[in-house]
Amino acid sequence: MNSLISWIHSSIIYGTVIMFGALGEIMTEKSGHLNLGVPGLMYLGGFAGFASAFVYERSTDNPNTLLLILIPLLCAFLAAMLGGLLYSFLTVTLRANQNVTGLALTSLGVGIGTFGSARLLSVTGSQSYSVASATSAVYTANINSVANLGAFGQIFLSYGFLTYAAVLLAVLLHLFLMHTRRGLNLRAVGENPGTADAAGINVTLYKYIATCFGGGICGIGGFYYIIEYSSGKWSSQNSLEAVGWLAVALVIFSTWKPKNAIWASYLFALLFWMATNLPTLTGIRIASSVTELLKMTPYIVTILVLIIASTRKKIENRGPASLGLSYFREER
Amino acid sequence: MLFYYAKTGEGMNNEIAVKLTGITKRFGTVTANSGVTMDVRRGEVLALLGENGSGKTTLMNMLSGIYFPDEGEIEINGKKASIRSPKDAFELGIGMIHQHFKLVDVFTAAENVVLGLPGGMLLNLREAKEKIRSICEKYGFETDPDKKVYSMSVSEKQTLEIIKVLYRGADILILDEPTAVLTPQETERLFSVIRNMRADGKSIIIITHKLHEVMEISDRVAILRRGEYITTLETKDADEKTLAEAMVGEKLALNIDRPQPKGVVKRLSVKDLSCVSADGVPTLSSVSFDAFGGEILGIAGISGCGQKELLESIAGLQKTEPGSSIIYSPDGGEDEELVGKSPREIRALGVALSFVPEDRLGMGLVGSMGMTDNMMLKSYGEGSPVFLHKKEPQDLAESVREDLGVVTPSLATPVRRLSGGNVQKVLVGREIAEAPSVLMTAYAVRGLDINTSYAIYDLLNEQKKKGVAVIYVGEDIDVLLELCDRILVLCGGRVSGIVDARSATKEEIGLYMTKVGGPNA
Ligand SMILES: Nc1ncnc2c1ncn2[C@@H]1O[C@H](COP(=O)(O)OP(=O)(O)OP(=O)(O)O)[C@@H](O)[C@H]1O
Ligand SMILES: [Mg+2]
Repeated sequence: MNSLISWIHSSIIYGTVIMFGALGEIMTEKSGHLNLGVPGLMYLGGFAGFASAFVYERSTDNPNTLLLILIPLLCAFLAAMLGGLLYSFLTVTLRANQNVTGLALTSLGVGIGTFGSARLLSVTGSQSYSVASATSAVYTANINSVANLGAFGQIFLSYGFLTYAAVLLAVLLHLFLMHTRRGLNLRAVGENPGTADAAGINVTLYKYIATCFGGGICGIGGFYYIIEYSSGKWSSQNSLEAVGWLAVALVIFSTWKPKNAIWASYLFALLFWMATNLPTLTGIRIASSVTELLKMTPYIVTILVLIIASTRKKIENRGPASLGLSYFREER
Repeated sequence: MLFYYAKTGEGMNNEIAVKLTGITKRFGTVTANSGVTMDVRRGEVLALLGENGSGKTTLMNMLSGIYFPDEGEIEINGKKASIRSPKDAFELGIGMIHQHFKLVDVFTAAENVVLGLPGGMLLNLREAKEKIRSICEKYGFETDPDKKVYSMSVSEKQTLEIIKVLYRGADILILDEPTAVLTPQETERLFSVIRNMRADGKSIIIITHKLHEVMEISDRVAILRRGEYITTLETKDADEKTLAEAMVGEKLALNIDRPQPKGVVKRLSVKDLSCVSADGVPTLSSVSFDAFGGEILGIAGISGCGQKELLESIAGLQKTEPGSSIIYSPDGGEDEELVGKSPREIRALGVALSFVPEDRLGMGLVGSMGMTDNMMLKSYGEGSPVFLHKKEPQDLAESVREDLGVVTPSLATPVRRLSGGNVQKVLVGREIAEAPSVLMTAYAVRGLDINTSYAIYDLLNEQKKKGVAVIYVGEDIDVLLELCDRILVLCGGRVSGIVDARSATKEEIGLYMTKVGGPNA
């Protein structure tokens, strides 16, 4: 029972990281841009958020709770947004190849994160990690730790506020895309920029805003990973990059719909952690090589979903029709 | 006061809505428009006429804000205007219906209409739907605001495009080849809408290659030739011949030559051909006929009556029902049953199909490749297994370019950059150049200018003289009657009648089209 709860618990946290990344990427892709820089953006956000919290904590003896929340959140968002801005400048304005630019952005983000972490570690003098404990405490504060509510509390109420914010964000994005004028315009930009343009929509502006905002959301995902999943520790070794790729796969899995991203990301995380949790749960021992194989499950499921989605031929479940194509009004 | 009335009364018709002065537009080395000076009056229908690639679409795109002129001035309602984006165009009351539809496929009709419009943050489609309905009532057309665009027919999409423009309250409407893909009945309906709009005081610019439509709908005709403005004629002082000559710049003989069939041999014998669509609806039922080498067999019928399925069955692209038989008798060879053969095998036997689809760009050509590479697409199975031979396709491309007068800077220019009509010349030219023994073409002249249409008819006649069995599916009955030797009329998937084109009348064919058995039934 306990191992089941802990499996669910860790999956919800891990799933939330994926959800942030996927929501950010959905917004980007809705504008017709495939940004493969999600892992890099998460790195940028994670590092900027953590570093700013770390610096703030060290600069004062009794940190202000509100500032503890706002400073790292803003820094995470802004840093990743800058990454998104760079991406949109290259792909929207200069019309560079989106895949190459995205991959370069991943390398860049991971590089900056690694470089920065070396600087941080040299400040603390630690060999493997540095901590922002006060920030982590604020971010992971939850009802369940105050009043122990048993299994229910552990499964549903034992997370910091960002975990719930992710779900709220998904709902809001769904409402934005499906029920507002701007959301309709954004979808049109990703489907058919020529049509959107002829309808008087500022295609370039929409692409920039969607990509920058999407990048920022990915950054918050990275920060959430450090502060909640790693309990406020920035270590030189972390698996943020793997989560980033999971997020990219999840966009396809959720058929580009934010509301699907909610349950799909939890499911992804459950599948991802199946390898480590199933043996303890069932009492069957499996070789470590098999564990690694089992970690492929989310990707295999994504491939299956792609196959099923393509055979069903429901047009609404396809990605934006102009995904990956540059747009230039005078080109035809 | 009297004087005042008289003045405005007279002014009504001559008020200038759009004035273009010295408009020039270049794309790299191509000059699409050079020094165009013309005007459009309020409350008139102006037809814009010109050969394929003469710069009609480009000129109109500068009014609708897609392109910005390199030189020249635009005045709207007497005021100088700088139209830098489609949004600027809307604000000036200019709406355009593009040659290739500008609609988002996964959206509903109503969503497409409100796209890009200012308004409250939340999307309130109820209001929009109300307004769409009232527009429909006012101008007399039908649409379902909740229907998704991907499930619409071409004419429904067209209607939606018009509603979109009217919804925005445009006073100046530009229609770029709206009739190219419509049936005559749908065209009639569109024209009555256009007349309603003219009566409403709107200015309408319409581009079409069909001269009888120009005569029917327009008040004046402006003519472009190779990017340059030639003249504007009053429609009532012109006829089809003068228009065509003004357009081409030389004398033209507007009649199709019809040589007597010589050395006629049976090439195709279709028996009891039946097809069922994916949803189980029969599309062809027991169709039987013969096609002969050395003659042109026309196929007439209202849209959706099975022409497409018929041609596709012969080409091996359709699944046929058991009992269907298509016997092909090649020169000096054994008879072959085509049912059950793959499209490639059929093609190798010398049965070619060129089908110009309704969206014209959607099928058969790769937009980002040049003419040469597109020629190569069809012959990929031949030649060296490893390396591409560019010589032959290049010669082929060169001959298509010359025979049909394709306007393109080079054979390597991506075909999507060519004008709509030129794209199509490449598509049709490729099939004809393959020297088949059965040649099927459908809608070969869709969107082609008069001169090129005649060039295509000549090419078909040439094939006929060579002993090829030509099967020609077309929408224009007048052309069918002039070009073909026999006409097979389909009605609801059945053979309604096969008539001799030399003696049949338009009315007779019209009867066969709407009722199986036609006048004899
Ligand atoms: N975006 C573009 N890039 C490069 N060349 C272009 C572009 N648009 C048009 N052209 C060229 O400009 C010329 C005029 O094209 P346009 O589409 O205006 O012709 P059109 O009169 O509309 O012909 P059609 O009757 O075939 O539609 C053509 O030679 C075409 O290849
Ligand atoms: Mg055109």
